Amino acid sequence: MSLDLSRFHQTFFEESFEGLDTMESALLRLDPASVDAETINTIFRAAHSIKGGGGTFGFTAVSAFTHLLETLLDQMRSGSRPVTGELVNLLLSSVDAVRELLNAARDGRPANLELIAGHQTALEQALANKPSSSAPAPAEVNPGTTSAPAATRGWRIRFAPQAGLFRSGNDPLRILRELASLGSLSAEAQLPEGLSLAEAQPEDSHASWNLELLSSASEAAVREAFAWVEDECELQIAPLPAAEARPALTLIQGGKTEAARDETPTPPRARSGQDRRSAGESTGSIRVPTDKIDVLINLVGELVITQAMLAQTGANLDPVVNERLLTALAQLDRNTRALQESVMGIRMLPMDFVFSRFPRLVHDLAGKLGKKVRLETFGADTELDKSVIEKIADPLTHLVRNALDHGIETGAERLAAGKPEEGVISLRASHRGGSIVIEIADDGRGLSRERILAKARSQGLEAPDSLSDAEVHQLIFAPGFSTAEVVTDVSGRGVGMDVVKKNILALNGQVDLASRPGQGTRVSIRLPLTLAILDGMSVAVGEEVFIVPLAAVVESLQAHPEDVKTIGHSARVVRVRNEMVPLMALHELVGLEPSAANDRNLCILIESEGRKLALGVDDLLGQQQVVVKNLESNYRRVPNMSGATILGDGRVALILDAGELVRRLQPAVAA
Amino acid sequence: MSLRILAVDDSASMRQMVAFTLQSAGFEVTEAEDGQVALNLAQKEKFKLVLADVNMPNMDGLTLVKNLRTLPDYKFTPLLMLTTESTPEKKAEGKAAGATGWLVKPFNPEQLIATIRKVLG
Repeated sequence: MSLDLSRFHQTFFEESFEGLDTMESALLRLDPASVDAETINTIFRAAHSIKGGGGTFGFTAVSAFTHLLETLLDQMRSGSRPVTGELVNLLLSSVDAVRELLNAARDGRPANLELIAGHQTALEQALANKPSSSAPAPAEVNPGTTSAPAATRGWRIRFAPQAGLFRSGNDPLRILRELASLGSLSAEAQLPEGLSLAEAQPEDSHASWNLELLSSASEAAVREAFAWVEDECELQIAPLPAAEARPALTLIQGGKTEAARDETPTPPRARSGQDRRSAGESTGSIRVPTDKIDVLINLVGELVITQAMLAQTGANLDPVVNERLLTALAQLDRNTRALQESVMGIRMLPMDFVFSRFPRLVHDLAGKLGKKVRLETFGADTELDKSVIEKIADPLTHLVRNALDHGIETGAERLAAGKPEEGVISLRASHRGGSIVIEIADDGRGLSRERILAKARSQGLEAPDSLSDAEVHQLIFAPGFSTAEVVTDVSGRGVGMDVVKKNILALNGQVDLASRPGQGTRVSIRLPLTLAILDGMSVAVGEEVFIVPLAAVVESLQAHPEDVKTIGHSARVVRVRNEMVPLMALHELVGLEPSAANDRNLCILIESEGRKLALGVDDLLGQQQVVVKNLESNYRRVPNMSGATILGDGRVALILDAGELVRRLQPAVAA
Repeated sequence: MSLRILAVDDSASMRQMVAFTLQSAGFEVTEAEDGQVALNLAQKEKFKLVLADVNMPNMDGLTLVKNLRTLPDYKFTPLLMLTTESTPEKKAEGKAAGATGWLVKPFNPEQLIATIRKVLG
């Protein structure tokens, strides 16, 4: 069959001239100062169509010339070649050249070769002149094929498609048919051992094949049959040794194929790497707008709540009568958890995201301050929710700057103190339970208790000598506090530490600071891995349920009446292992009537910012993960509460803000 | 019953030629001038095979393939790219989108028919 294509020439010329007009007007619109990507795309598409049609309909001069244009345009499109006025002029005159070529082809006359040659040279020069970063890809790389040696009678092929083969519209039978057209094919299909039809996914490709092709076809020709699926399968092609070919088509289930598998020759290893090369290049990752993920996370949150409601309802059902329902509920529980974890995982980013900015910062600052400092980072691959990572970047930067500026001494001071001249700042991230701990440590001079106390008093802060070291250290987080005698332009006027702390508390995190004079300072930040979910302890007060963040809970206890003391008018304390801890009755705080059972002196001991507080509650209900709902955006800010959640029975429970509760205490009481 | 194929190309000449080639081999062909038009047609009728260009205005061929693969009717349908772009990168992009295979322009009509016959069995 031979097809006459000339009937399409008229259409080709018409659309090509239209395309040239489009190119021309778009080129004239193109402003080198502000390049519009879609305009370049339009020009590229027009050139591309003319080239493709020219090739198909046999106008090789047109397609060869347009190919040069297209290459230039592709470089402009990808941004590897800047758009200049000169380039636009060159393209415009090239459009004239293509028009001449098309006119000549339509009229069946030779083209004005002088004109064309001049333009062609100009285009080639432009292309040669500035090598683009992405050189035009060379023609298909032929994976070093060997033709069957004369002695070989054909090929032995192992073809194991991946499960998703059908979903790209491919069909192993099509490939087998194609191979069969090359010679005499015998095929042996294998199904995975232990695959039961009940379990098999009907949309997956399960079978694999050992094939023997008796044919003089080259390996390239054999490989061609697999061209569309080479990155979707395991493919081994080896020359067939001189042996009897097995006839017929056999389907062997499960273990019976051991022998056959052993016979399969070991293929040249280098091949499979080549076969899969393009797969790895293509889809390692996809870009998804974060708001889509936020919607997903919110939906999963709702699902978790619904699941909890179902679980609670299910708990009241007769386990015998409702066995199947309860089994399904248990499975739903597992699946929901797994789904939640995977979805949360999508938003996780490695700490390196933040850590990577510090080498440059430390290098520059150290130079500015005339100090020698080495930065060490550990656990850069520790993952953290994207929203948390973004909010922790600034506080960390501040802490690193502080360590460099205030912590690390000058080289001379260090040498005088018997330390190495080079100071070390280390950043360390690690997972601990459901939290991440980030430490910023320096081996500098450490904090001076005396200087902090003096400074605090000079600023009118209450700072008795009886304060513990931890409490003294907490003072540097007070607003406006700075111990640096000279305000430097590096870490500013000490307005930062209170902001650092505020930011971290806002993330439900904690900051701790440890320091030894002469040996250095270590700030540890403990943060929840995500802000969307919170591990909480649910407690009852009257008819209501409240959630205490588990991160803040030290222990729960039942106090003996004699351990509870009243100081002054109303302040109460409770003795916990010889330590007096302020006691606050939650029902008073939230203005609820306590339940009748409130005579057990049940307390939850919480700790935040280095201070402890005992909360009196009616009952302890248990630990659970809750989905945090923002109060401020859904209602309004509520004192002492950081958020709310929906319980399994559909009720709303408020989440206590441990930091705010502790801050209500007077320092004197805490002492 | 003849088999219906959807041919998608923004170039009218290319479309007509593909249609003519396939019709001469006994297939029925519906034409679409870009991915969006093709997608609308595909939602109304189940084609046995789609043959699409890559570079097109409104919706390019790869986006078309991606969208088609989300339709239950097109989960396993052969979706072939017919294009001048044959770099490994482009092919990998096509694969990722869900394309079945790659035919390179300019093509020989006889080869096109042979390939499509093989694909459709």
